[in-house]
Amino acid sequence: MIPEPLMRYLVWPTVKFLVAFVIVQVVVAAMTYIERRVLAFMQARLGPNRVGPWGLFQAIADPVKLMLKEDIVPANAEKVGYFLGPMLPLIPAFVVFCLIPFGPPPTFVVTHVNVGLLLILALTSTGVYGIILGGWASNNKFSLMGGLRSAAQMVSYEVPFGLSIVGVLMLTGSFDLVRIVRYQESHAWNVLPQLVGCFIFLVAMTAENNRAPFDLPEAESELVAGFHTEYSGMKFAFYFLAEYAAMLVNSCLMVSLFFGGWSLGGVIMGRQVGLTTVNLQHLGLLGGVIGATIFLVKVMLFMVAYIWFRGTFPRFRFDQFMDLGLKWMIPLSLVNIVVTGILILAGAGTRYPAMGEVVLTLFGIVVIAAVILFLMKGPKPKARPAGVAHARRVSEV
Amino acid sequence: MDALTASIPLLVFVVVGTIAVASSILVVAMRNPVNSALFLLLTFLCVAVLFVMEGAEFVGAVQVLVYAGGIMVLFLFVVMLINVRALPDDRILSPYWTGGAVVGAAVFVLLVALVRPGVYHEQNDNPLALRSTTVNARHRVVQPDGTTVRKRYTRQQVVGNSEAIGMALYRDYLVPFEVASLFLLVAMVGAILIGKRELGIDDEDVDPQYIVDRVAEEKEMKEAMSA
Repeated sequence: MIPEPLMRYLVWPTVKFLVAFVIVQVVVAAMTYIERRVLAFMQARLGPNRVGPWGLFQAIADPVKLMLKEDIVPANAEKVGYFLGPMLPLIPAFVVFCLIPFGPPPTFVVTHVNVGLLLILALTSTGVYGIILGGWASNNKFSLMGGLRSAAQMVSYEVPFGLSIVGVLMLTGSFDLVRIVRYQESHAWNVLPQLVGCFIFLVAMTAENNRAPFDLPEAESELVAGFHTEYSGMKFAFYFLAEYAAMLVNSCLMVSLFFGGWSLGGVIMGRQVGLTTVNLQHLGLLGGVIGATIFLVKVMLFMVAYIWFRGTFPRFRFDQFMDLGLKWMIPLSLVNIVVTGILILAGAGTRYPAMGEVVLTLFGIVVIAAVILFLMKGPKPKARPAGVAHARRVSEV
Repeated sequence: MDALTASIPLLVFVVVGTIAVASSILVVAMRNPVNSALFLLLTFLCVAVLFVMEGAEFVGAVQVLVYAGGIMVLFLFVVMLINVRALPDDRILSPYWTGGAVVGAAVFVLLVALVRPGVYHEQNDNPLALRSTTVNARHRVVQPDGTTVRKRYTRQQVVGNSEAIGMALYRDYLVPFEVASLFLLVAMVGAILIGKRELGIDDEDVDPQYIVDRVAEEKEMKEAMSA
């Protein structure tokens, strides 16, 4: 018989992680099919519809094709870096799934870490190395440009990504995702008081994943295919897998932080209404499965939102994109932190502790409305023709 | 069984510590700057693991987030932009190696003197030292005349590691912390000033008419010089 501490610290976490791992693989395989079908629907095409019923087996045919393809290594490539490039982003993307609670504790929480959220941020920030390394090691100018773009993009969007979460941390007072979810049951989904933070998080997570409209590292009209130009077969599939796993991680974070995690319901006047954590725990394993299903459905909604963005928005120009991150997103998230802090302090002393959150909701709505009005005004009549780099080039003629 | 579970941290420490030391030596020994940067990344990750093992999860996570996630990416960015493939193999030691050795030995002696057993362990014998802080609390005291008064007192309370660091930074050591942040601000302004090669580059430099004028001016200058 296996001793108890080993069961508790090694065997059960491994089993839980393997289950999560398999679910992630299945979701990624499903996403390749869903992405192509949804994009086709948005562009008035049919999409894959030949392999199996409604083309469902396309999700199996694609990986098989990638596995059977020839694995080409370019001459003069840096062999070790070329090999490591696709592997590195996979490691943090999968390790992070140990830290995300999929359902009500204890069954559906793999590991419980006090600084869980911070650890997730730290691990996901190391995912960029594979892209940089692969781009550099391919010995191709387009790949290198893609890798460098990715580095610049990740570094500058890491900041608003982290700062947008701070408002949630101030409200809930914990780095622990389980406590953050349970806080939302007794108050409201954080998306209401943190509307601005949620908006910044949405933009920053799309940029972190190199997804359209921020897929500049692989912009096909400028860089062939960017950092993975020289990759084929299974190595390319690994990049693909890592990107989708990272998308899944960010969607899970979005749901846990802003949309109530696995719960569907709340604590109203001290009574548990709907599918809250306590009610789900009463149901035992069935409750856990229900909670995990709710979580998965919410996550899939955000995965479809990624595709929706890709089908809707045109790609940004690189300097506009950096302007958006550095000149708009970071100041906006700082303002969000200050306003949140002031309103929490203002509400704390009064008889109406929820007042701060109500005002925060109104503040968020006002800011979003202002941004929409600003955007609807349209571009300035006198378009700026050139940036500083262009000015220098002309002056050197 | 207890011996097994107790020896796991020691085993992890030995493995991770060895990797950390070996990779930090490889940082300076590698001839290819990209490899050096990647070994530095490995060193940072190992040090973060050591922090977590000592109960400082917050510092460990921030170590990965800031050094591995931010600073090393910029290092790699610059190294790849310059695109130095590999250094020549001829010279292993720089001419200043004696000075470096002296400084290294001095730091080693200093560390041994500071961290020698006893001085270091005295404070860290309590595993809760890193995750507790003093908090202000109130309790009711019954006065001699029968009324109750709430009196303030301070006590040591166990909180999370990140809360303890927050209390230390923003309450106990607020002024040194603010002074340090002011220094950082000064350094940042200085870095921007140095990085911006030409002072006074402004929107007017981007104005097309301005550029046309300036190109014409430079052309005139060139003609005047050649004439």
